[in-house]
Amino acid sequence: MSFWSQHDKIERNATLLLALSLIVVSIGGVVEIAPLFYLQNTIEKVDGMRPYTPLELAGRNIYIREGCYLCHSQMIRPMRDEVERYGHFSLAAESMYDHPFQWGSKRTGPDLARVGGKYSNEWHVQHLIHPQSLVPESVMPRYSFLARTPLDYRYIADHLATNVTVGVPYDEAMIANARVDVLSQARPEADIADVDALRERYGEAVRAEAFDGDPATITEMDALVAYLQMLGTLVDFSTYDPMAQENLR
Amino acid sequence: MGKLQAAQLSLFGLVMVIAAAAAGRAHDQLFAIHMSMFAIAAAILFFRSFRVRELAPLGAGPGFASEERYEITIVRFGVIMVVVWGVVGFLMGVLVASQLAWPWLNPDLPWFTFGRLRPVHTSAVIFAFGGTALITTSLYVVQRTCGAPLISRRLGWFVMLGYQFFILLAATSYVLGGSQSREYAEPEWYIDLWLTIVWVAYLVLFLGTIMKRKEPHIYVANWFYLAFIVTIAMLHVVNNLAVPVSFLGSKSYSAFSGVQDALTQWWYGHNAVGFFLTAGFLGMMYYFVPKQAERPVYSYRLSIVHFWSLIFLYIWAGPHHLHYTALPNWAQTLGMVFSIMLWMPSWGGMINGLMTLSGAWDKLRTDPIIRMMVAAVAFYGMSTFEGPLMAIRAVNSLSHYTDWTIGHVHSGALGWVGMISFGAVYYLTPRLWGRQRLYSIAMVSWHFWLATGGIVLYASAMWVSGIMQGLMWRETNELGFLVYSFAETVEAMHPFYVIRMLGGVLYLLGGLVMAWNVYKTIKGDLREEAGEAAGALTVAAE
Repeated sequence: MSFWSQHDKIERNATLLLALSLIVVSIGGVVEIAPLFYLQNTIEKVDGMRPYTPLELAGRNIYIREGCYLCHSQMIRPMRDEVERYGHFSLAAESMYDHPFQWGSKRTGPDLARVGGKYSNEWHVQHLIHPQSLVPESVMPRYSFLARTPLDYRYIADHLATNVTVGVPYDEAMIANARVDVLSQARPEADIADVDALRERYGEAVRAEAFDGDPATITEMDALVAYLQMLGTLVDFSTYDPMAQENLR
Repeated sequence: MGKLQAAQLSLFGLVMVIAAAAAGRAHDQLFAIHMSMFAIAAAILFFRSFRVRELAPLGAGPGFASEERYEITIVRFGVIMVVVWGVVGFLMGVLVASQLAWPWLNPDLPWFTFGRLRPVHTSAVIFAFGGTALITTSLYVVQRTCGAPLISRRLGWFVMLGYQFFILLAATSYVLGGSQSREYAEPEWYIDLWLTIVWVAYLVLFLGTIMKRKEPHIYVANWFYLAFIVTIAMLHVVNNLAVPVSFLGSKSYSAFSGVQDALTQWWYGHNAVGFFLTAGFLGMMYYFVPKQAERPVYSYRLSIVHFWSLIFLYIWAGPHHLHYTALPNWAQTLGMVFSIMLWMPSWGGMINGLMTLSGAWDKLRTDPIIRMMVAAVAFYGMSTFEGPLMAIRAVNSLSHYTDWTIGHVHSGALGWVGMISFGAVYYLTPRLWGRQRLYSIAMVSWHFWLATGGIVLYASAMWVSGIMQGLMWRETNELGFLVYSFAETVEAMHPFYVIRMLGGVLYLLGGLVMAWNVYKTIKGDLREEAGEAAGALTVAAE
């Protein structure tokens, strides 16, 4: 009987009930989440990872704004069919600079973790303008307004600086040149564009082209396609050895 | 002018000026619109504050004993909003379901795409309909079971209206393109801050009223409501930790990245289910089922055991949303094991709810409100059995990313959350407005069958389409090649998307029947209805 009479005390004391409830609901989260921040093997070091270029980051924000993650995952699971269909399974390191993550929870459309480079820019632009013109079975909405909307990148340097605050290693030159880097990547033929400086900051493989096919203006379509075209391309899996000692832990 | 009034005036004036200034200097259109909304709301309150009013005596409801004095106007307002948000949320559901069945319903307008409207649907049903139902019923239940009025009428209205304002901010945010992309936590940083203020006020209001109780014991329904309020506060604050790009703009970046961000989000996401949609609604069950059945709760000891085990175990289950991802395996395994253990306390709650009808099972025949509540508890049992099943890694490898998950969520949301809320609305309406009974008992029956039919269509369509799509994705031929392209699996979904939409239409029709019934009851009309049912459901003076 003593157990039940002990509980009687809790039922008569609102503060005690509140405090005990809070303790009981805190335990699980602390045990599961806290170790992820200090266990070294949660995220292994992988060559090739770099922060997003300013244009890609702007494109990623459009991806988030339009709710693309509601229908497209960016997390390939280590199963035969997924690896066949989408490519190498996703590594934790590949989303280490993603604030927030975009793993998704539903595949109404296919996974996009490695869509970069699989299709041409023209394909992406046409597909975003009218998906059913390329994939008749598709249930994707049309996004032609992206091609008509100029990209607002007035504050892009602030976006990079905010990412630094949450742990993304943008350096001072990257922040100082953020706006010109947007221009260099989307309008490489423009007078003030400096593609070499952009590549020096973000790597030789950065694609700088008129992504939406129109070199005159920088649109939201430019930014989104630039983002889609780099997804999953940073880690070179031809040099990745799954049987290497450090990958067998 | 009293001190309180002066303080109020300066607070509203200050908010008005700051919000107007922020709107003028905003970095983006969304932030300008939202700051204007804050400024207008503060302006309305500012000018209202000039009117010196004697606070009316506490509302005594017809149908309440004369010596009892409770705040019922807030609860009345809440009941109306529950019905309104229910219909809006179901309508949005039918709309987005139709967009998936017929993509031409996305007419190339930025604010009318599935991507922006889906969060409007989920927030409308979870936070607008469900959240308002929880706040409304909790404020009623806490007063009745403590024998004490709310500690403050002003605070009560602040919580109720402040929460409605949060819903308006969230909904306008999604259609205008403001989202953190965290499922069920999409609103941006400043809306999160506003909700935090409202939520702390809610905790103070609820806990304060419990502390003023005349009963020595805190009734079990209040344990669940309290656990819901305090846990949601914790989840909301941690999951929304973010750094805004500017205090004059809407955009922010999550404090966490990648793996950590994913687990934080699904720790939140699963416990939004566990505490918002389960613990809170169990509180509802523990008050309204015994009341409507006129029987005491089946087992006091079972309620103790299942309360503590439920709130302890739920928190661990989040990682089952991340099976086979880059989340470390040990965390996935913990999530799976605790999800399976969670089956037991969940069914403890179901058994306690169902067995409360011991000796009153005949009411299922005569009382459609009890039928609705029992169906709710039965659906709770079904979806809390299905959940642990889907949390098993091998099952999850098939079900994850497919419509099976959507079906599972809806059997819980439409069956459990919806039905128990409808039951509470039907219980409360005649009592709050002092009516002899509901306008029509037959319409409750109609609502019950429309809703049940809708759920059956919805859940079975999603089971078939989800399992089929999962199997089609992994199908390989004898040479080891994938058999189906992704587009072929999308094409195969179409008939099931249509059936799902029809299920949603039935559920929406049920909601409209309820809205009409509640409206006529409030108006004071009585539909001529013969038979046992109508007579049996007359509200006795309490």
